[in-house]
Amino acid sequence: MTTEDMATETEADDDTDSLVTSDPGKGGLSENDDRGTVMAADTIVESRDLDVFYGETQALQNIDLAIPENQVTAMIGPSGCGKSTFLRCINRMNDLIDICRVDGELTFNGKNVYDEDVDPVALRRRIGMVFQHPNPFPKSIYDNVAYGLRTQDKTENMDAVIEESLKKAALWDEVKDQLDKSALNLSGGQQQRLCIARAIAVDPEVILMDEPASALDPIATSKIEDLIEELAEEYTVVIVTHNMQQAARISDKTAVFLTGGELVEFDDTDKIFENPESQRVEDYITGKFG
Amino acid sequence: MSNEGRTPDLTRDRGLQTVRESTYKYALAGCAVLSVLTTVGIIGVLFVDAAEFFASPAVTFGEFFTSTRFSPNLEPVSFGIFPLLLGTLLVTFGAALVALPIGLLTAIYLSEYASQRTRSVLKPMLEVLAGVPTVVYGYFALVYITPALNVVIGGVNGALGTQFPTLGLFNGLSASIVVGIMIIPMVSSISEDAMSSVPDSLRQAGYGLGATKFNVSLRIVVPAAISGIASSFILAISRAIGETMAVVLAAGSRPPDIPPTQSAFGLLPYVAPGDLLALYSDSAATMTVAMINIAVSDLSGGSLAYQSLFAIGLTLFVITLAMNVISDAIANRYREEYE
Ligand SMILES: Nc1ncnc2c1ncn2[C@@H]1O[C@H](COP(=O)(O)OP(=O)(O)OP(=O)(O)O)[C@@H](O)[C@H]1O
Ligand SMILES: [Mg+2]
Repeated sequence: MTTEDMATETEADDDTDSLVTSDPGKGGLSENDDRGTVMAADTIVESRDLDVFYGETQALQNIDLAIPENQVTAMIGPSGCGKSTFLRCINRMNDLIDICRVDGELTFNGKNVYDEDVDPVALRRRIGMVFQHPNPFPKSIYDNVAYGLRTQDKTENMDAVIEESLKKAALWDEVKDQLDKSALNLSGGQQQRLCIARAIAVDPEVILMDEPASALDPIATSKIEDLIEELAEEYTVVIVTHNMQQAARISDKTAVFLTGGELVEFDDTDKIFENPESQRVEDYITGKFG
Repeated sequence: MSNEGRTPDLTRDRGLQTVRESTYKYALAGCAVLSVLTTVGIIGVLFVDAAEFFASPAVTFGEFFTSTRFSPNLEPVSFGIFPLLLGTLLVTFGAALVALPIGLLTAIYLSEYASQRTRSVLKPMLEVLAGVPTVVYGYFALVYITPALNVVIGGVNGALGTQFPTLGLFNGLSASIVVGIMIIPMVSSISEDAMSSVPDSLRQAGYGLGATKFNVSLRIVVPAAISGIASSFILAISRAIGETMAVVLAAGSRPPDIPPTQSAFGLLPYVAPGDLLALYSDSAATMTVAMINIAVSDLSGGSLAYQSLFAIGLTLFVITLAMNVISDAIANRYREEYE
């Protein structure tokens, strides 16, 4: 089966302005959607009263959060407080978990992604994801980056796009002579940068990162951090991290979740780290609790 | 000395343990040696009798592989293995055509699409399919598949004016289908194991890039599991090559006739595809079937027909050995693909 055949599987227009597979007349999604007026002009992802359940247990409660465009938003909080769960809500990766149920609203460019007519595949083409553990495909370095492009039928100028993505991910110089070698021969840090290159190659609007540096050594971590700051010039980055210093260093906004799945405080990163409103947040940040 | 009291203890324990350990070791090694010896013995017998066969003045090595007639009992005797190879090839190829696609698609369905519940019903059913005695499959082909195929062929010929030949009582087509059905579970279960062991993180990476389920299955999971899938194919094909009971009942005991060869540009001999296809409508005994026939016919040890049994057996052994070597090579080649 050829790439072309595959692409017909879903609507694959790269300039698609809609997440909707059927009935394009209703609920179209565009930058200047009417509903945009009720939110800050630069909010790209916003949750309202979001509850998430795994079976009977509730993992997130009443989350209201507005993520600004082209900035780095960090999510911190103790283990199990629902950070990853929230991240997976944004691109509907939770759909892959049978027992997971989402209530409430989560909008992307003003469109509720949990509306009936939203195609999660189309959504994920605009919201990329980088995982905690590097997960390159057992293919060549080139094919790893090419996979998303082929899947989304963006094969025009593929070589150039791949080179540019690898450059943006600060990996090009290290791999340019071995693009046809297996990605599994790269070091962990290189693999993670490859995964970032793979995610940005398809030119999403938002990149979700779930503890992208937790499996890496300090040098690789600092490379990834530099990279994230650069990415924020073009993309909206939402990053989950356990590393407070990392959140303080690289993010513009910080959301603090605490045990039980509640969002306790969400504000400018400086404010959160220097002068948080909530005593619980202060305790958590200073290490008294968590 | 301070540790004087403990030393004897240590020594005694170790002595006892050494005896016990070496007993285990030799017992286990004995079992291993036994199975190796059995295998070596069988291969040895194959070689010795096959060598006697080829040493006989009545048959030559060249004739064995090139003669187009196999008739070990009827005068004038002839021992061309070629018709039997052709029979094996026909049935194996047909069976592979049935089993590889269906088995692989079944595996993809089970591993990627089926819910836990569907899987827990379907997998045991496939295992039952694998456990049915092969003679039952053969009988099924003879009594049900062949008549059903004839109805279909008659219908198609009537409707489209085509001239497909009616199938004989014994025919290669029904044998191919039934052997194919028989080896589907082998393909699907080994392939499914290989696909299920592809780490979920790879699927997530695919979905995260906006891939559809079908794309993830075909472009990520199948390539990542390719060594297991290839092994399943080769094992299933080996099984088809070696299958006997189902084939003897479905395809009969007469080897296929060698079709006439045409020659392209007066140089390359080839067989017209239509002539090859036509072979499926008639009896198509395979190497294994020929061996059964020789074994059950009234023959005395040491006779030429008896020895030809081992020559065919040796050929079969070489073929399946080669298949296993290929399968291992493929598995090794891709082993480090994901880890
Ligand atoms: N697939 C799942 N099935 C059932 N429960 C889950 C699943 N994933 C997460 N949970 C539960 O949801 C809650 C939040 O989990 P989540 O993974 O979002 O936490 P987290 O903040 O990312 O934690 P960590 O920092 O350890 O990654 C936890 O109580 C967890 O047990
Ligand atoms: Mg997490």
